[in-house]
Amino acid sequence: MNTEDGRIPIGSAIDSLVEFLLNHFQPLFDVITTGIGSLTNALASALLWVPGWLLTLALAALALWRVGWRFALFTLASLSLLAGMNLWPESINTLALVLAATLVSLAIGLPLGIWAARRDAVDRLVRPVLDFMQTMPAFVYLIPAAMFFGLGRVPGVIATIIFSMPPAVRLTNLGIRQVPKELVEAGQAFGCTPMQLLFKVQIPTAKKSIMAGVNQNIMLALSMVVIASMIGAGGLGKEVLRGIQRLEVGVGFEGGIGVVLLAIILDRITQSFGDTHHRSITQRLKTLFTRNTDSQWTGRP
Amino acid sequence: MSGTQASVVVNGLYKIFGGDPQRALSLLGKGKGKDEIFNDTGITVGVRDVSFAVDPGEVFVIMGLSGSGKSTLLRMINRLIEPSLGQVLLHGQDVSKMPQKELVRLRRREMAMVFQSFALMEHLKVWENAAFGLEVAGSPREQRRTRAMETLEQVGLKAYAETYPDQLSGGMRQRVGLARALAVEPSVMLMDEAFSALDPLIRTEMQDELIRLQKHSKRSVIFISHDLNEAMRIGDRIAIMQAGAIVQIDTPKNILHNPANDFVRSFFRGVDLTEIYLAGDIARADGAQIIDADTTDLHGLLPRLRGAEHQVGYVCAPNRRFVGMVSVPSLILAVENNAASLDAALLETPPVTADSPLSGVIQAAAQSDHPVPVVDNDGAFRGAISQGQLLQTLDQTPNHEH
Repeated sequence: MNTEDGRIPIGSAIDSLVEFLLNHFQPLFDVITTGIGSLTNALASALLWVPGWLLTLALAALALWRVGWRFALFTLASLSLLAGMNLWPESINTLALVLAATLVSLAIGLPLGIWAARRDAVDRLVRPVLDFMQTMPAFVYLIPAAMFFGLGRVPGVIATIIFSMPPAVRLTNLGIRQVPKELVEAGQAFGCTPMQLLFKVQIPTAKKSIMAGVNQNIMLALSMVVIASMIGAGGLGKEVLRGIQRLEVGVGFEGGIGVVLLAIILDRITQSFGDTHHRSITQRLKTLFTRNTDSQWTGRP
Repeated sequence: MSGTQASVVVNGLYKIFGGDPQRALSLLGKGKGKDEIFNDTGITVGVRDVSFAVDPGEVFVIMGLSGSGKSTLLRMINRLIEPSLGQVLLHGQDVSKMPQKELVRLRRREMAMVFQSFALMEHLKVWENAAFGLEVAGSPREQRRTRAMETLEQVGLKAYAETYPDQLSGGMRQRVGLARALAVEPSVMLMDEAFSALDPLIRTEMQDELIRLQKHSKRSVIFISHDLNEAMRIGDRIAIMQAGAIVQIDTPKNILHNPANDFVRSFFRGVDLTEIYLAGDIARADGAQIIDADTTDLHGLLPRLRGAEHQVGYVCAPNRRFVGMVSVPSLILAVENNAASLDAALLETPPVTADSPLSGVIQAAAQSDHPVPVVDNDGAFRGAISQGQLLQTLDQTPNHEH
């Protein structure tokens, strides 16, 4: 304790808090570690078990359905490039990491956002916490994460969850609050229970905003991947880190390009789910074959 | 007014915003006004001691300027806003004290609402929107689809059932809003400035639509409006609100003739009287010379006609069935031609029906030198409107004292 030099000892207070948590809550951390570890590992092995070409085709098909044929071609080319650079397992690892972190973030963030939209008190409480989570430099999470959950994927996923969750909460909250008052009244006037109001009126109406939150969540998770690799999360981030450590610009760039390509694919596909286009699959196929001016891909990572 | 069978009865209803209702009530009791209370305490009196009863099948219009509390009043009827004090009875059941569960059931079965901004669910197809109330109430898909299709047909939108609301025009969207309300077969329909967001032409069309749908219906409609022409057109009775209180409830014509105060009178400035009065309202039969259609002695009729008002006679078959109109010159011409019956003397002035608005009569009156004959729907002679009478009616501008 450096109190004798006149400093306010916040740092040492945090140190002792971490130590206290380590000593008394280890069983809880173990449960979390097991849970998140098995989720991430299951996702990674499932994605790696599928042959690369099949997964590539599946993603390209998804891109074709949701976005358009140009973007499907782009997806096909990017994933082939990743395989061609011999970065397939790393890419899949990263994808699994991002998916696991996103799933957990959303499982916590969406209900929290809904709750905050319904209760002003919750909103007032949650807002500063989100500010804290979002602005605190991401590296800072790494050390306690590693201390609580050891090295490897799990602390990486947890740091990613903390860093990427805020937009999902915020945009869910905002979206539900922005549902026009008369729509809510219409729901009530026709006899909705509070649950029906939420699921039949508020969430569908706020879908665009909520999906924007999901999209931002995924993007932030991807941006955290490189940082998480410092505590052994692996994946494409590891390549980037190796490039930095050994001053091998080429290696670093290969990993970086991988992250960017994954980001573009995930971004466009998740964004398409927020579109209020009501076109069915058959309609989409029809437009696909009648004219080729289908939705233009605009390269925004 | 209304007896025990009124569908909605509102009794001494108050809404106090932003403070202790009791305090506001005691201040109101001391004779303080709405503005005074707000300045002294910051409490807003939204609705103040409102009572009325709406009969089955009636269109009851609540009129007032914005901020007069009419929307608040409407929302207290289905308790989107909780009343501070007072009673709302729906078929004798007290809505204002009802537990939440029962209220939800009541909203699903008895009351429906139509909104100014339409308030359609953009993620649902048109038919799904129309079926929204039924879906919430848990009726099976096929059943609610059938019912939604029926109501969409009623409002002329069946062909659009599979489209989405954002593909429709404003008027069509409000038809969907109307279909959604009709689908639950409510006994009371609450309409909040339902047509105010529409173009004037579409608005008139929708008003006609509502009048048509209301015909032969037991459904009560409580309609909020700030447009007096609209209120006059669709309302069986009108309640005029000022600063949270109702200042007058009466039929449109009675309010027009006997406004309760200057505020009500000022409302009628610029109202289009030709849309309010119907031909039957001002047609007069006294002094009209009725001539039996079987008369053959045309010459003998001349003195009678010369002595008649406007020198015309109205030829009627038995049961006063209107045949036509004769004037002194047309009769003389017929006599000179030795005509055997009155048919030869009939003028070519077509009658107007008693339920046509004055705007239609003006045209007929302008094209003829004679009074315009008015007949009932079954063709019976009701009376006639002379040009002088017409001008006199239209000159009754209510802002001139009368």
